[in-house]
Amino acid sequence: MSNSFLIILGIITPLFAALFSYVCRYNNNLRDSFGIIGGLITFVISLKIFHGIQNNEVYQITFFTLFDGVDFAFKVSALGSIFSLVASSLWILASIYTIGYMRGAGEKNQTRFVIFYSIAIHAALAIAWSGNLLVLFIFYEILTFSTFPLVGHKQNAESQSAGRLYLSILVGTSLIFFLPAIFWIWLKTGTLDFQDGGILMNKFPAEYLSFLIAMLVFGIGKAAIMPIHRWLPAAMVAPTPVSALLHAVAVVKAGVFSFLVVVVYIVGPDFLIQTKSSDWLVWLACFTIMASSIIAITKDDLKARLAYSTISQLSYIILGAALASSLALKGASFHIITHALGKITLFFCAGAIYVTAHIKKVSDLKGMGYKLPLIFFAYTLGALSIIGVPPFIGSWSKFYLIMGSIEREFIFVAIILGISSLLNIYYLLQPVVIGFTQNSKKEIKLIRAPLTVWPPLITGLGCLVFFFYANYFLNNISGVIVN
Amino acid sequence: MFDIFLDDAPALVVVLPLLISAIIAFMPSKIWPWIISIFTLLLHLFLSLHLLKEISVSGLIIYEFGNWEPPWGISFKIDGVNIGLQLLFSIFVLVSTFYSRKIFLNEIDYRDSGKAYSLWLLAVGSLNGIILTNDIFNLFVFLEISALASISLIALGAGQNRKALLAAFNYLIIGAIGATFYVIGVGFAYAMTGTLNMNDLVIQLAQYSDGQLAIFAGMSFMLIGLMVKAAIFPVHIWLPPAYSYAPSAVSTLLAALATKTILYFFVRLLYEVFIIYPSYLSLFLDFVLYPLSLLAIFIGTVIAIYQDDIKKLLAFSSIAQIGYITLAFSLKDHSGVASGFVHIFNHALIKGGLFMAVGYFAILYKDRVTLNSLKGFGYKYPITSFALLICGLSLIGLPLTNGFISKLYLFQALYTNQMYFSIALVAVSSALAVVYFWKIVEQMWFSEVKFKSEKEDAYIYLPIWIVTISIIVFGIYSTPIIEFSNLSADYLISGYQN
Repeated sequence: MSNSFLIILGIITPLFAALFSYVCRYNNNLRDSFGIIGGLITFVISLKIFHGIQNNEVYQITFFTLFDGVDFAFKVSALGSIFSLVASSLWILASIYTIGYMRGAGEKNQTRFVIFYSIAIHAALAIAWSGNLLVLFIFYEILTFSTFPLVGHKQNAESQSAGRLYLSILVGTSLIFFLPAIFWIWLKTGTLDFQDGGILMNKFPAEYLSFLIAMLVFGIGKAAIMPIHRWLPAAMVAPTPVSALLHAVAVVKAGVFSFLVVVVYIVGPDFLIQTKSSDWLVWLACFTIMASSIIAITKDDLKARLAYSTISQLSYIILGAALASSLALKGASFHIITHALGKITLFFCAGAIYVTAHIKKVSDLKGMGYKLPLIFFAYTLGALSIIGVPPFIGSWSKFYLIMGSIEREFIFVAIILGISSLLNIYYLLQPVVIGFTQNSKKEIKLIRAPLTVWPPLITGLGCLVFFFYANYFLNNISGVIVN
Repeated sequence: MFDIFLDDAPALVVVLPLLISAIIAFMPSKIWPWIISIFTLLLHLFLSLHLLKEISVSGLIIYEFGNWEPPWGISFKIDGVNIGLQLLFSIFVLVSTFYSRKIFLNEIDYRDSGKAYSLWLLAVGSLNGIILTNDIFNLFVFLEISALASISLIALGAGQNRKALLAAFNYLIIGAIGATFYVIGVGFAYAMTGTLNMNDLVIQLAQYSDGQLAIFAGMSFMLIGLMVKAAIFPVHIWLPPAYSYAPSAVSTLLAALATKTILYFFVRLLYEVFIIYPSYLSLFLDFVLYPLSLLAIFIGTVIAIYQDDIKKLLAFSSIAQIGYITLAFSLKDHSGVASGFVHIFNHALIKGGLFMAVGYFAILYKDRVTLNSLKGFGYKYPITSFALLICGLSLIGLPLTNGFISKLYLFQALYTNQMYFSIALVAVSSALAVVYFWKIVEQMWFSEVKFKSEKEDAYIYLPIWIVTISIIVFGIYSTPIIEFSNLSADYLISGYQN
């Protein structure tokens, strides 16, 4: 199978999954199976591409020219191969989980849900493999629009206003900041292609670079850096599979991935370090990390707490990109994988608790640990990974980020990362502590939904197992950073 | 036997609609005027395509009326500058005529149908004359015919809202002042040179190589007159009420094509005739047109944000968009003029599509469309609403729509001319365009009001979608528009460099 065909197949498979789900909408089992099948196919393709990238193979395809110097083209970068691998592998598990959750929670309009879910994955994969910044932008918008019906899925007043906030922040920032930034880059360089080492060096005036970085980081609203973070907690009204796969993996990771790609392949880390244009962003990222951790502590709603935790964790990646040293970039890229694995576990668990016991709040979890031991076990694994305790995979990315900040002589940043880990321990493990130590007198009727339990267990154990295989991923990541 | 007609194609594209308009004026029927108009315009399109074929062979057609040679007789000129516009004109007029039937049936007395289509064809013929004519006085004639036809068409909106009469009257007075200015300028030019033919004018003006006060006065009069007609800020005040109170089909035609044809002639006059006084030209472009364009862009956008009436909002957005076009034309180089033409094409499609969709909403809502009245329309009329969404995103300049291509080339042209302030201003006003368009989107999709979807009329949404799809097609495959615009710029700018 030729390399370019592989890309096309990978990108259209989710669309076909959506189409088949629609065709088979009257047969629930058949309809929902296409998510799993599509996930398997895209996973195999992503894995093949991932290995191909390791062996220096080139995956690219150009369809047509949009305008001077910019084609509608896909080209898989090392960074993209990581993102697509994460998104597609977790799609399989999320599809299984979706079946359990949607039926367990008795949600309506399941066909529409499955269709837009697949389209969102399509957009995420296209972002991962996009060949230039404009193609990335196009699919970035498609991702926003395709997830909007998912956020507003419940169609009540709350989800309406959440959907509105979601769309207006994401579309607004991208049109007002991101698109003009793309124009600016194109005017200065005449191209938007991703190249190792960046395209701006010697072409873009260094004194305006921090301005450009600001337009990009605020324009890519999906990266959820403060003050453009409000959409993420609002989006938590969506059914949990959306929060799990999209708002812990595909959408937010598409955001930070876009920013990382810009730093690595457009601006160029060397140029960034030379001009110190992103040093201000380091501080903003640190602020976001701390502020959202503190907000997370105050949240009693488990999903809202996880959402703020996500904001904080996304800023780790922004922080790594802003530091732009090779170790920091390594940590940031790796954090895409580790956080995805950890956070999807937590969301899976939150949803599983909701489906089985109809509990949303942390304070209501009293005694639940004994009733739902598997879920709490998986939750603990995921939480420990995000906190960064060895031997969990999350410890690697945090390690590299701290090393990176020391490399750039931002000692204060290393301290912030440490404090943030302490806060993580508090707000992520508190539910576990409550679940196992306090007893509730209330009788809670449990509705078992096994399909919601196995996916978090798998990802949770993955956090543990992949700690020992980190090199497998780091090989590809090392290819990202060209010094 | 068609060859006889085809030889006269340049004249026929103008004369045919004018003739037919006289025939259908008193037809009492409800549908025949429309059918005849459609066939006329199909023929019109056929003739335009024939002209395109001829041009691609010969590159230039000078058509002499009655075989009177210029400079004595009136002549039409078709070359690379206007052939693209001619084609766009032909196609868009056909689509909007197709669209207009159901709209007219709803908005005006059906007994007026014959009159309406008579005026419609009159406007079409005379606007087409503006595109083709090579004679400055002949242009005045076409300007007046088109103005009177459009004014009467606007006044037809009085059945819906009496303010249409006031709007038409405003247009009449201000348009007449503009035309008077223009014709005074023509008088000066004729007095000095004794010619009205544009090619000959260039030759005759050369004898006053240093320029003369009378010449400059004449030129200024002509330009100001055309600025009024093209609704360039600050002499645009007739446009918003005229567009917003006219029957929706008329707004579509006017917004998409009327100002565009005049802008075309405006730029042709600048770069083909007045070019022989480079110092005068750069004075006008740098100190009049350029600042006015920036003001138009900014003020038009800001006023649009505060509009409640959607048609008015679109009209003010048109003022800003005309500002983009004139800004591009004021750049005095190939990239600028080309990007101006690109935006003429693209904006004609975008604004046409938007007015079509809003016009349909006006009929469905049976009242003026305000922000408030759009509540829940996204669910109630999904087909038209979605078209409106795409047109609006194109107006903002989202990639994969033709509006993006316009913005891109405009930015590039400004960048090569190192006009960073203008780039910033255009960027800011693009961002502001997001604001006013978002207000519409919010009402349509995110209001509390809930509706079940209702049946929409295919006769109306089909033309809307034709325009919408062309917006996407030209956003992805922009080559034809770019080629035509480059061709136009080649012709005009080659004169500048000589």
